[in-house]
Formats: sequence, structure tokens, C-alpha cells
Amino acid sequence: MVKTAATQPALKPLSLHIDHLNHGYEAQGAMRPVLDDVSFDVAPGEFVALLGPSGCGKSTLLRLIAGLEVPLSGTIEADGREITGPGPDRIVMFQDPTLYPWRTVEENVTLGLDIHKKRDPKIVRDALQLVGLEKDASSWPHQLSGGMAQRVALARALVNNPRMLILDEPLGKLDSLTRLTMQGEIRRFWQKRGFSALMVTHDVEEALLLATRVLVFSPRPARIVSDRPIDLSAEQRHRDDPHVIALRRDILEQLGHSNDW
Amino acid sequence: MSRVTSAQKAEQPSFKALLWRWGAGPCWALAALLTWWLPDGDDFPDTTLLAGLFLACGVVLLVLAALKRLRYWAPWSAVLGLGLGAWEVVQAKFLLLPRPFFGTPQDLLDVFLTDWKRLGDSLLHSLLLLLIGYGIGACVGIAVGMALGRSLRFRYWVRPIMRVIGPLPPVALLPLAFVIMPSTRLAGEALMALSAGFPVAVLTWSGVAAVDPAYYDVARTMGAKDRFLVLRVALPAATPQIFVGLFMGLGASFSMLVVAEMLGVKSGLGFYMQWAQGWAAYPNMYAALLVMALMCTSLMTLLFKLRDYVLRWQKDGLKW
Ligand SMILES: Nc1ncnc2c1ncn2[C@@H]1O[C@H](COP(=O)(O)OP(=O)(O)OP(=O)(O)O)[C@@H](O)[C@H]1O
Ligand SMILES: [Mg+2]
Repeated sequence: MVKTAATQPALKPLSLHIDHLNHGYEAQGAMRPVLDDVSFDVAPGEFVALLGPSGCGKSTLLRLIAGLEVPLSGTIEADGREITGPGPDRIVMFQDPTLYPWRTVEENVTLGLDIHKKRDPKIVRDALQLVGLEKDASSWPHQLSGGMAQRVALARALVNNPRMLILDEPLGKLDSLTRLTMQGEIRRFWQKRGFSALMVTHDVEEALLLATRVLVFSPRPARIVSDRPIDLSAEQRHRDDPHVIALRRDILEQLGHSNDW
Repeated sequence: MSRVTSAQKAEQPSFKALLWRWGAGPCWALAALLTWWLPDGDDFPDTTLLAGLFLACGVVLLVLAALKRLRYWAPWSAVLGLGLGAWEVVQAKFLLLPRPFFGTPQDLLDVFLTDWKRLGDSLLHSLLLLLIGYGIGACVGIAVGMALGRSLRFRYWVRPIMRVIGPLPPVALLPLAFVIMPSTRLAGEALMALSAGFPVAVLTWSGVAAVDPAYYDVARTMGAKDRFLVLRVALPAATPQIFVGLFMGLGASFSMLVVAEMLGVKSGLGFYMQWAQGWAAYPNMYAALLVMALMCTSLMTLLFKLRDYVLRWQKDGLKW
């Protein structure tokens, strides 16, 4: 079903080395810390899920890794070289779809190829098919539902053949059924292409089904509370599997959710 | 939606709609009859021809009614025929309004018949002056607005100039322009560009300033450079505002056109009008005014059409 790999070469996945990262924003004259001494590494090809309470600083961390902002202190290295700005090796899917309203769905998806003057309708068509929107290729963004727009944004990220894919709650606006399908597609796509992935999600189960590793952050300022590898086989990655259920209970507890319901 | 409703109405037209539709032609016929049958109050040219024209319009309207093509404009057509007939009766037959300031329909017709060449020539000159001046002003305005929105250094140097020169009515620069420019035509051209360029620049700037920064983030993470960010992100995102500026600029250059032609440029509709007024040739003045109105509304319509095409991605827009 996924044929994209046939037309684009698989690139070497990116590794990440994050060292004593601190960041914050000026608010009402005072510095409000957002990231508190965050350090972790991402090995090439890893799929890391980031979990944390709302407003703790997950999106901020992703913006720093994307190179859109400069940290107050600490370093981020990609393949051993410090990140100085955004680059097409790290493709971000933002929390808001931010589609360009003046481009059709198809033209939005082709954006990254346009930028490098490498338009390829086949790649675009495959990506749209992957997110189940091939019939809406010529719609305008204002004609889409929130979930459809989010899927277009996912397709727009996927066509770039990134060495690292950075996803900020990619499936947050989808109904549970489409969500399941898309989770499967993302996982299959990742297995096929072998890029490194960072994914923020609010859904602990989603993290457990997709990721090879889960980082849990504290409330703002974000600190790493736990960092655990998820060594589950493909058969175990199922919401009813006892391992998944146990892990979920553990992580929810770390997030401050007691299991008293 | 409106298409559906009008189609439903068309199947069952009300009595009133039918009356308008079939009444428009006879209204013009009535105007023709009065024109032909009542004696002229003075020695006017082309009375019979005018009656014939009225009659022809009536026939055309009846044919359109029979073809069911006359619907929306039926009331307007009827009232226009009656109005022209009334004008003819009041002014050409009974001479009720002071002359020659108020002309007759046949006076106006006569101007078009005898002076069409000079009118057409004036129209061409005006159009040329307008399109060149406005075109340059619009392009420069968009470029300046983009630069103001994107470059801090450009903004530092240019904003004070804009703030001092911008609010000044460009007409005030006319005497100066006539002196320093090598020809009055060039002076008119330059002022037209200025009067169109200022609103375009300001609105483009505000459009670019209001672009959601997230739009830039998306393109930048995919490796877009400045050129792409300006031309393919900021520019399209700002087009709704740019068109507001283009409309304001077009209006401003209409005024500038007339003033420039009346005060210095020795051609064009404004010059024609000035000349007609000097010779108390009021029908000529009305004719030039009519031509100018048609020119302005046509250009506006063209710009609206362009906007509707360029901004077809927007949910809705004002209809002209
Ligand atoms: N540009 C900014 N200026 C000031 N404060 C900011 C800015 N961006 C983010 N913040 C603050 O930083 C904190 C972390 O924001 P961030 O968007 O990273 O949270 P998040 O973990 O992604 O939350 P959510 O899960 O709700 O998306 C918030 O408290 C927010 O108020
Ligand atoms: Mg966020």
C-alpha cells in the first residue's frame, strides 16, 4: 500500500545529542523558565515519544530541535554538529496544521518539493493516499475539517523524505478510528524508511504503540522524569496486551494521574 | 444557492416580474413615440435618429424578453427608457430647464456622432496615461510594501519618508512636478504612480506584517530561503490586503488623472472636458463625462475580476 519508498531513496537517519538545555520566555518583565536542564540522546532510527502535561514545554523543545529558536543555554547537536538553524533534514509537523490557505491540498503537500524545485506528482499522490485524502487533492484548506487538515499536514511532512521526523501531536484532532489507522500508517512508514522520529503526544497508549522509547516530562519547567525503552514485539504492541497496560499505568502515575478511577 | 433560487423563480415568474419583463420594451417604444411625434422646442439635430435608436432598444428588449434573457435587469431597463423619454420631453420638447447648461439627448447623441474621433482619441490618451502611471505605482508599491514588511534596514530609512510624503495629497505636488519633470506628460505619469503607489505600499506592508509567523516556520523547516519566504509565502499571504490597496490606488489615480489632464497634460478626457467647458460646449462635456465614467467602471470591474480569480481560495468576497 505504501509505495512512497519506491520513488525516494532512504536516507541515513539522524542522531541527536541534547546537552543541559535550558530555555525560557520573558513574561511580564520576569524570565519564565520552560525547559530545565534537559539532556538526552536520540540514536539513529529511534522513535522517541515525548509525554508531559499540557504547557510543560514540549512544543518549545521541538522548536529548539527544529532550529527555529536558539536555546538560552545548552547545546543540541545533530550528527555531532551543533544546530544553528532549521534544515530539511529535520522536518516538523506542527501542532497546528498551518496549511497555506492559498494553496490547494495537493499544492500544500508539495510545498517541500517546491522549495527544492523537485516537484513530483507521484510522491504527492502517494502521500495523500497514505493519509486517505487522495479524493480531496484539489480542495482548498478552508473546505477541510480539523482532522483532515491535520492529515494534510502529516502528508506535507512525509513527502520531504526527512532524516528525522518531528511530530507535535500529529493525530490530536482525529476521531479514534481514523487515529488507529493513522497510527498504523505512521509506524509502517517509519519501519519502511527508517528515519529517526520524535513525537509529542497526549495519548500514553499511542506512545506505547508507536515508540521505541518514551520520555516523560514534569510540569513546567519541563524536566525529564523518566526515560524508558519500550521493548515490545510487534504482536505485543496492542492496547489489550498486559505489558502495554502495565506500562500505561506506570506512566500515567508519573504524569500525576493516580489510578483511582 | 442563489442560482437555485433564481432558477426556481424562473419556472413560476410572478405577475410583477412578467410585467417588468414585457414592459421594458414598450417603455422604450413610448420614449421613441414621444420623441418622434412631439414637435421639437428648438432646432435640434438627429431627432428622428434618436427616436429610431429608442425604438431599436425597445425591440431588442422585447426580443430578450421573449428569449427569457431579460430578468434581473428588466426593471432597470424599463425605468431607464422612461427616464430618457422624460428627459427628451422636458428638455427637447418643452425647454423647461435652463439652456445650454442642460442639454438634450439629441445634443449628446450628436456629440458622439460628430466628435467620436476626438473623444476616442482622448479616451486612448487617458487610458494610456492611467495604465502606465497606475501600473508603475502598483508594482513599485507592492515592492516597497514587501520590503517595509521584511527588512528592518529598509524600514528604518524609508518609513520616515513615507510618513512625511504619504499623507500629502499628490495633487499638491502637481505644480512642482510640472516644473521639475521634462514634460507635463511625464509629470502626470509620475504623480499618478505616486498616488497609486502610496496606498498599495501601505496596505502591502500591513498585509505582510500580519502574516502568521507559523507560515514562515513551516517553510523554513523545509529549507526555504528568503527568496521563497518573500515571494511564495509573504506575497500570497498578503494578497487580500494588497488588493485593498490596489482598489484604493485605482481610485486615487482616477482623481489624479483628471486633475493632471485639466491642469497641464494637453490630451485626454480631462483636457477635453476642460476645453468643452471653456467653449461652453456642455453636451461635449457630458459626453466626455459619460465616457470617463464608463472607463472608470470598466477598469474597476476588471480589477474585481482579477481579484476574484487571484483570491479564489478565499471563502467569500465582496461582489462589485
Ligand atoms: N513565544 C512565547 N512567548 C512566551 N511564552 C511562551 C511562548 N511559547 C511558549 N510559551 C510558554 O512556554 C510554555 C510551554 O509552551 P509549549 O507550547 O512548549 O507547551 P506544550 O508542552 O507544547 O503544551 P501543549 O501540550 O498544551 O501543547 C507555556 O507555558 C507557554 O506559555
Ligand atoms: Mg504543544
